[in-house]
Parts: sequence; structure tokens; C-alpha cells
Amino acid sequence: MKDCIVRMENIVKSFGSVRASRGVNLEVCPGEIHCLLGENGAGKTVLMSILYGLYQPDSGDIYYKNKKITIGSPKDAINLRIGMVHQHFMLVPTLTVAENIVLGQYPAWKVLSDMPAIQEKIYQLSKEFDLNVHPEALVQDLSVGEQQRVEILKALYHGADLLVLDEPTAVLTPQESEHLLSFLRELADKGLTILFITHKLEEVMQVSDRVTILRDGKAIATVNTSETNPRELARMMVGRDVLMELMKKEGESGEVIFSVRNLNVKDEKGLPAVKNLSLEVREREVVGIAGVSGNGQTELALALAGLVESQFDEIILNKHSLTQKDLSRLNHLGMAHIPEDRQKMGLILPFSVSENFIAETYRNEPFSKKGFLQFRTIKDYSNMLVKKFSIRVGDVDEAIANLSGGNQQKVVVARELDRRPKFLLVNQPTRGIDIGATEFVRQQILAERDAGSAILLISTDLEEIFALSDRILVMYEGRIMGEVPPDHNRVEEIGLMMAGKTEATA
Amino acid sequence: MDWANLRTRLTKMLRSVWSPFAAIPIALLLGALVLLAAGYNPITAYEAMWQGAFKDRTAFTEVLIKATPLMFIGVGLAVAFKCSIWNIGAEGQFYAGAVMATVTGIYLGDLPRLILIPLVLIMGTAGGALWGMLAAYLKNRFGASEVVTTIMLNYVAIYITGYLVTGPMIETKGLFPQTPKISEAAWLPRFLPPTRLHIGFIIAVLVAVLLYILIFKTSIGYTIRAVGINPIAARYAGINVKRNILLAMGISGGAAGLAGAVEVSAISYRLYQLISPGFGFDGIAVALLVNNNPLGVIFSSFLFGALRSGAEVMMMTAKVPSVLVSLIQGFVILSVVAFGVYRVTTVEKEE
Ligand SMILES: Nc1ncnc2c1ncn2[C@@H]1O[C@H](COP(=O)(O)OP(=O)(O)OP(=O)(O)O)[C@@H](O)[C@H]1O
Ligand SMILES: [Mg+2]
Repeated sequence: MKDCIVRMENIVKSFGSVRASRGVNLEVCPGEIHCLLGENGAGKTVLMSILYGLYQPDSGDIYYKNKKITIGSPKDAINLRIGMVHQHFMLVPTLTVAENIVLGQYPAWKVLSDMPAIQEKIYQLSKEFDLNVHPEALVQDLSVGEQQRVEILKALYHGADLLVLDEPTAVLTPQESEHLLSFLRELADKGLTILFITHKLEEVMQVSDRVTILRDGKAIATVNTSETNPRELARMMVGRDVLMELMKKEGESGEVIFSVRNLNVKDEKGLPAVKNLSLEVREREVVGIAGVSGNGQTELALALAGLVESQFDEIILNKHSLTQKDLSRLNHLGMAHIPEDRQKMGLILPFSVSENFIAETYRNEPFSKKGFLQFRTIKDYSNMLVKKFSIRVGDVDEAIANLSGGNQQKVVVARELDRRPKFLLVNQPTRGIDIGATEFVRQQILAERDAGSAILLISTDLEEIFALSDRILVMYEGRIMGEVPPDHNRVEEIGLMMAGKTEATA
Repeated sequence: MDWANLRTRLTKMLRSVWSPFAAIPIALLLGALVLLAAGYNPITAYEAMWQGAFKDRTAFTEVLIKATPLMFIGVGLAVAFKCSIWNIGAEGQFYAGAVMATVTGIYLGDLPRLILIPLVLIMGTAGGALWGMLAAYLKNRFGASEVVTTIMLNYVAIYITGYLVTGPMIETKGLFPQTPKISEAAWLPRFLPPTRLHIGFIIAVLVAVLLYILIFKTSIGYTIRAVGINPIAARYAGINVKRNILLAMGISGGAAGLAGAVEVSAISYRLYQLISPGFGFDGIAVALLVNNNPLGVIFSSFLFGALRSGAEVMMMTAKVPSVLVSLIQGFVILSVVAFGVYRVTTVEKEE
């Protein structure tokens, strides 16, 4: 490529003993959508953070628009017209959209007087690109998808020529993802260059022009999307063949472990989100809840985890009838859960990796004896889990915030699965983890099932639901529309139910 | 772990311990400029200050005595702050402890020493703890911000003290607004006569060490820290957040109450309206200075004790007006905090 907008040459970056980039080369052409693909911890986020000025490389050169440059801070990057949407958003929740967009980029004494003009410009942009973002809304009131659009708008506002998106679709519903991808295509057609990180191979195939594969802090290949296929990409990324199909053993489900009768939950605004929902999960069974996100799945999970008040006629776990109070200590009664939002609910970020591993068991032997934490044991245990789940981490005493996004997710998954729960509530378990690890986590979930656990799986990813479930319940507007076996011939039926149509009305 | 790693860890640790102390020369330099501008000789002033703190054994023990209440309060606040509870009410909790200790020391004065002394300390701790837990209760029950309630409870405690020492508990002579002396059997032993150094200082160091162990080595401390950092994740993990808020405020208030009891039973032997010159507020700086590390509080409270002792002497011998003295103390606190912010941002950048 003679004519490239960005060229990164031999980028090296280490954190202590962790070598995140070991001489990466990357070339991106103007106007293309360029995907970065790689396992969790391969160094994708670090490389992009270097391009955005968040980290300084230990060595290596960056050429941008044919000039050698150094990017000292995000402010420099923005001035160079580079924009970035981060894997974990970096917005201030208590500020408005407009304030977030100009934060740090505007002389402080002029922000207030210029605010109407700023808001007008944002409004126009939002209309032009059909992003539906209100400049005066508070960021804390926005959904994840909306927050992401704010981040994109922020880049556009500052006139980005190059837009970096770090796993933007991990937090989106399939519908939102679809929308985002076509929007990115539109932007690229207008001449923007887009660098796009994802773990989803279909997305790579669908949207990108070229793909660069990172492995172990090195770029091992760049290929034209039209000349490759998912299987080859997976092999390059993981270094071996990845099973795209799981082996699901046929098994007899046993007696009912968990059941809910007539559960009602209200959402944050006080409107009913889960309505008279009843379900049961048996021993040795995965029950999948399919549905477009926003149809009460989040509230269902929060209620079962005891984090919001709910009304119900009966919840039975392991033959014990539970009260509202029991719900907040369910994990002492044999339940484990993998929450939807790892950073908000699953992890205590400034804590170390090993401290996070014991978040639920710290009080029990052998992790604590007579009230004293047993650091040796905790460390050995953590090292064991790190190995078993191949979590990429320098040292288990390191802060978990330093781990790559997918490796943080693996910590949560490892912790919950290792508790050998009787009942396991799983919400978007493979969000943000690479295909190799996804395969592994799904195998582990099935192994738990074969060992006798009752598992309730919530996922907006139909493929995941099909791969794991023994029975599929479809949720729409807080209700279960019906039950379907995981038979690929009945996808259409499920699709109709997800849209709120039952067989009778269809 | 390789050597480079070990070295960065060591330097990081050293830097976090020493930077507050490195800030002091800068503050003193600023202070010197002000003193010069106001027409005082900074060298004589500072010499007086140094003398005041370190001239001899007596001066030095006075520093330790001044550090004692700050140490109790500082470690207690460190625990609350670790749990992200912004307890601004150590002043009131100190008063609550002092009142309880005085009541015990006077009305149960006939008890034998071996029983009375522990009882006075326990009652003081209980008084402070309850005062602190009251704010925690209001927070848990009604969602009232502890910043507001603890400040209000400060006033309540101080006014109750004022009422007691001018009314029901005023000394029999009735000359001054103060209670009579507590029973001699309640006096804390002094161990380095003729100085006033008392075993309260040793208890304070012990409490600091114990709370350090509690916070960093036990499962209770784990919960307190987890709640402080991410209450949602803590709840998700099955931790009872409200109970921990109550506990942290109890510990925090209890330590401040103990400070009050020690002040009464070792120094003043009685209660009067202004028994605290603002220990509860200095304690906030003492804790924040060392990033709420209970062991660090031992050092930072010593620093503040020295500053207070030295300032008094500077006022008396170098005739520097008290406004200027407070100004210099303010400089010290500000520059230490500024250094702290600098430390936090640079260390984070490196990571
Ligand atoms: N601030 C940091 N301090 C220490 N190590 C870090 C830091 N940031 C990243 N690392 C390490 O660098 C490596 C690469 O991380 P990076 O976040 O780039 O991975 P990634 O490819 O984005 O993975 P994922 O798909 O999971 O997001 C990881 O091993 C990670 O633990
Ligand atoms: Mg990443």
C-alpha cells in the first residue's frame, strides 16, 4: 500500500513484565474499514490506545497522513482528527451529552457562553447522521447503545478522519449492531477511515475491507476480506482449528431445581418490566431465554439476583421456598450468576485479580480462617483458575483493571463456574471474549449441565441460545411468549415470538 | 517477579510514603515569604517552632500527646473513608466519647482502678460508636447523606456538652463552665514522669496496628473495602452493604469516642465546652494525607502533632500572631494534599 493514512511501525509496549505489543506493524488505507482481530489480551486495545495517545510506545514510529508524528495525549489525537470509541466507555455520567462532547477540548471559560451554539451543532450532526442523540440529556440516563452513539458523535463533532472503535458491538443487541455496521459503511463511503475491533467473525466478513490479525502482541497477517473466510481467520487468530459447532450430549433432565411463579418486576422508571413470569429449570438442563434486549431480561436477572425488589407468588430453589430477603444472599444457597455488566456488577476494579476471585467465597474456609484471609491459599487458588481458563495476566496480585476486557470477563466466568452451583444464572456469558474462549466457556457451561446443574441462560445472541439450550423460552415485553425446542427449523417461529406474535396471531 | 518489577514497586512505595513529608519544605518556604512580608524574621520564627516540637524530651513528648487524639480519630476515619463513607462527624463523636467517659469517671468513681479505667475507655468508645452509627442508621433507613447528618450531629454533641457543663454537671464551686474532676481512679497512668506522656499514646498506636490488620488482612476488612469501591458488585456478591456501613461508622465513631475518653482521662481530667480544638477536622487531613492507610496515620498524626506543638511555641516566643500561625499550618496541609494529588496522577499514568 503506497498510500496509507496511518502506518504504525515496530510498535513495542510493555507494562512491567507484560509485553503487550512486541513490534507491531499496521497500515491502514484511507476510506477503508479495517478490522483488528485477535484473542483476548492479544494487544488490540493497547495498540489503539497508543494511536489515540493514551499510552506512549516504548519504541516504534507512527506515520499519519505521511508525516511522522508523536501523539502525546488524546488531545493531540483529536487535533489530528483521530477519534476513538472505547471498549469501556469514558463518559462522565453526571454531565450532559454536549458537555461530554466538548470536555477538555474547549476553553473552560467559554463553555458556558457557547453552550447553545455547541448544542445546536451537535443537534445538527445528530440529525445529519440519524443518530438520535439529544445534546441536553444526562449521560447517566442513556442506554448503552445511546452512550455509544454519543462517543461516535463526539468523534464526528471534532471532525475525525479516522475513527477507532474498540469492540463496539459487544454491548449492542443484534439489531443495534446491524444498524451500527451499516452506519459505519456509510461513513466509510463518505471517506472516513475506520479501524474496528471485534471478536465476531460474521461482522468482519460483513463490513470490513481488510483484516489484520494480532497474536501475542504481534501483527501476524493482513488479508483482504474478500479473499478469506471465517474458518481461516479463526485459525490464524487462535493458531488451531476452532470448533464452530459444540458437541451437546443428549441427557435426561432431572427434577426441578429452580422455579418461579408469577414474578413481577418494575424497571427503573417504575413501569412493569417483567409481568407474571413463571418458569422452571431442571437438574441437568439449560433453559435459554431468547428475546430482543430491553424486553425485561435485565430486570429478570436483577430480580433473581436480589438487586431489585420484586413481587412473586413463589420462588423455589432446591425445594426451599425463598423470601425476598433470601434473594440477596442466594449465592450462599447454591446459586451462582454471571452478570451482564462485568465492570458494574461483576468486578471490584481496583482490587487485584485474586481478590476478585474470592468475591463470594472470601469468608469461607480455606480462604479465610478465623476471620483472617489466607493469602497463600488465595493466590494458589487464583493461579489454578488463571491456568484452567487461560486468563492472560502477569500476576494475580495485579489490579484487575489492567486486564484486557475479555480477560476480565473470563475472571467472572471462572469464579462463578468454579463454585459448582446447583443453579446457575448466566447473562450474556461470552460478551467480549474471543472465539477460542467462547468455545471454551460454552463447553464449561455444558459440562456444568452434564454434572447436574440447572442453568438459566439469558442471551440476545440466538446462536448462543441454540448452541447451549435444551429448551428455549422466548421473552417479549416482560412475558414468556412460548417454548420452543432448539431445532434450527423453528428459527422463524422464534423470530415471530420475539416480535410479539404468537402462532395464533401469526 | 523480576528485579525491574521489584524495583518499581519499591520506589513506588517509598514515594507514596515520603512525598507528604517532601511537601513540607515547600510549605515552609511559602510561610517564610508571608512572615517576611508581615515583618517577622522567618528564621527566628521557625527556630522557635522547631524548638517547640523537638527541643528536649518534654517538648517531644508533648508532640506525642498532641498526636494521640489525632491518631485515634485518623485511623477511625481511614476505615470509614475506605468504605466510602464521608464521616465529617469525628468532632461530635469525640465529644460523645468525652461525655460518656466523664459521666462514668464521675458517677462510678468509687470503682477500683483496674475496673474503672477500662470501663471509662469502653464507655467512651461506645458513646462515639453510637453517635457514628446514628448517622449510618439515618443513611441506611432514609438515604440521608452522611456528610450532612454527621455535620449536624457535631453541633448536637457540642451543644449537649455545653448544656451539661453549664447545667446539670457543672462543678460544685460553679465558677467555670466545666465539670468537676473525674475520680482519680479513672486517670490513665503516665509512664515517663515528669512528662505527661500517658499510655493512651500506646493504645493509639495499638489501635492503628489493629485496624490496619482488620482492613487489609481479614475478611471483615475485605468486605469494608469492597463496599467502599463498588457497592453494586458487593451486593451482587451477596455482601450486606447496609450492615457494613453501620460497622464502618461504628468503628470510625468508636475510635473518635475513644480519643475523647483518653483526652478526659489522661489530660484534662474533666469535661468543658471547648475540650476539642478541632481534632475531628484535623483528623480528616491526617487520614487523607496517607491515603487512608491506618499505619500511615501513625506518621501523619505525628506530623500534625509536631506542627501544633511548634506553632504554639512560635506564637509565644517569636510573637507571631496566631493568624499567621494558622496560615502556615494551612500551607502545610495544602501542599501535602497537592503533593498527594500529584502522586496519584503520576503513579496512575505510569501504570
Ligand atoms: N494498564 C495496563 N497495565 C498492565 N498491563 C496491561 C495494561 N493494559 C493492558 N495490559 C496487558 O496487555 C495485554 C494486552 O491487552 P489489551 O487490552 O490490548 O488486549 P485486547 O487485545 O484488547 O484484548 P480483549 O479482546 O480482551 O479486549 C494484556 O495482557 C493486558 O493484561
Ligand atoms: Mg480490548
